[in-house]
Amino acid sequence: MWKFIVRRIIITLPQILLLSLFVFLLAQLMPGDALTGLVDPNLDPAQIALQRERLGLNNPWYVQYYDWITSALQGDLGQSFRYKMDVTDIIAQRLVNTFWLSLLTLIFTYMIAIPLGITSGRFNDTFRDQMIVGYTYVGFATPLFIFALLLLWLLGFNFGWFPTGGSVQPGLTPGTLDYVLSKLHHLILPALSMALITTVSTVQYLRSEIIDTKQKEFILTARAKGASESRVYNRHIFRNSLLPIAALFGFEITGLIGGTVFIERIYSYPGMGLLLLESISQRDYSVVVAVVLLFGIASIIGALLSDIILSLVDPRIRIK
Amino acid sequence: MNELKLDVKKEKKAHRSQSGLNILWREIVRDKLALVSLIFLAVITTTVFVVSGLLDLNEIVRVDLFAIYEPPSENFWLGTDYGGRDIFGQLIIGTRNSLAIGFAVTLMTGIIGVSFGLITGYFGGQTDNMLMRIVDFFQILPFLMVVIVFVAIVPNYGIVEFSLIMTGFLWMGIARIIRSKTLQERELDYAQASQTLGTPRWKIMFGQILPNLSSLIIVTMTLNLAANIGLESGLSFLGFGFPERMPSLGTLLSYATNPQTLENRWWIWMPAAILIFLLMLSVRNVGEALKRATDARQRRG
Repeated sequence: MWKFIVRRIIITLPQILLLSLFVFLLAQLMPGDALTGLVDPNLDPAQIALQRERLGLNNPWYVQYYDWITSALQGDLGQSFRYKMDVTDIIAQRLVNTFWLSLLTLIFTYMIAIPLGITSGRFNDTFRDQMIVGYTYVGFATPLFIFALLLLWLLGFNFGWFPTGGSVQPGLTPGTLDYVLSKLHHLILPALSMALITTVSTVQYLRSEIIDTKQKEFILTARAKGASESRVYNRHIFRNSLLPIAALFGFEITGLIGGTVFIERIYSYPGMGLLLLESISQRDYSVVVAVVLLFGIASIIGALLSDIILSLVDPRIRIK
Repeated sequence: MNELKLDVKKEKKAHRSQSGLNILWREIVRDKLALVSLIFLAVITTTVFVVSGLLDLNEIVRVDLFAIYEPPSENFWLGTDYGGRDIFGQLIIGTRNSLAIGFAVTLMTGIIGVSFGLITGYFGGQTDNMLMRIVDFFQILPFLMVVIVFVAIVPNYGIVEFSLIMTGFLWMGIARIIRSKTLQERELDYAQASQTLGTPRWKIMFGQILPNLSSLIIVTMTLNLAANIGLESGLSFLGFGFPERMPSLGTLLSYATNPQTLENRWWIWMPAAILIFLLMLSVRNVGEALKRATDARQRRG
């Protein structure tokens, strides 16, 4: 058990190293370097050349990579020339927003998936089940960004129930109840539109899992022992079907990463995804590199999590 | 002598009726939803390609400042955008571009993925181990971010570059599927027998194993096509797909990022949204029917 987890973590480290190398080489391909945005173009070229030498920009790439990775490990990801701030500070601000968005999306996803999955698994091939299956069928084919646009148009603009952009109403002091409520109000629509689309795979999975479990022999035993129908479903079937769903949790994180870029763009929600898009169009490449690296690490950790949870759930995987 | 030959032919014909492609076709015809979807796709594709051949691209993307944001009327069937450009014409050209890039990327990822999967699966062992690490590496990359960065930094960015970038980061899925199937297939009697007879390896791989995987390849590629159309429109929506002088369904939708357009000028983005949805839905319908056909237990026909 522990052997598997340790082995799996050991595989993750070179993956992250490889990712950082890839991102670094990508950064080398980008026009300009750390100095381009910082210095006055009217400065004496000899001076600039001196600065370049001092900052180590003329070193061979592997030396530069080593310098970059060691400072990145210490939390120094360079300077953003647009904000004139440390990249780490900008990202820290934005990361909080994206974190809350993702958390609320995950909560919504499971709040929708579990009741729907259970209903449609328990009463399969009834009218209710057909409705739910119809929803997953449409949800599977709908691209996230179209659905989010439609929801924003309908609930944000036409009905005016929700704010149409930003993460908080301006003019409120952080820490007050109003501030928290306003934040939540801004979060609900983006999180809901993402959850309604990402949840369909979990609903489908839970449904087929419950239908499978229903026919197992231990359920027959439970019924023979006289367990009530609700006990059979809530204790015996639900618990056994939930384990594989837990394993999907890691993949859920990977899916969220791509989704937040679209959602944050549509709802102009100031998170990491919007930061990436803004930085690219403004050619603020030190931020771009940092964001891509962080997103990449997050998706590697997502895969790691699902493998570990899967190994807890299914012992056969551990043996390999 | 002649009679015997005829018999062999008949025999062959009887067997052919059970071939993979035939089963796929039968399943589609039996599944009414898939049949309707396929007809819809065929109609849309031909209409779009024929009509866009008749339309003049320069006429459509020409800016006309006297006709900005016109609602649908007789002159402009679906109104105009912020540059006074006809939305209907853009929709036709956009659908053509989206479909074309969808087909191109699916085909290219298919060719790379299938050859990669066949080679890793057939050789197995150390080769397989090493080549699969390459696939693993590509799979840990955050696809959307990497593509956006590439699109931003590639010089002389155009359609060819765009489809190559998409292909470069999308071939792993099909490669994995083909590899695992090839691993099973090479252990079967026909492949083993062929090897014993001294058939060259490339001939076994591409001449004997490949035809046996054909239905799987068709299914995977159909489902990939739906995904690729969605990805392309998503990237174009974010502004990292087609350049603006080449309208696609995604660029039409990206006009909706302007709140006023989203709120008051539905005719600009709504038709494109509906069209993307219908296209993806019908390609998926066909793909799901094909998928059922490859699994004898689920077959309806």
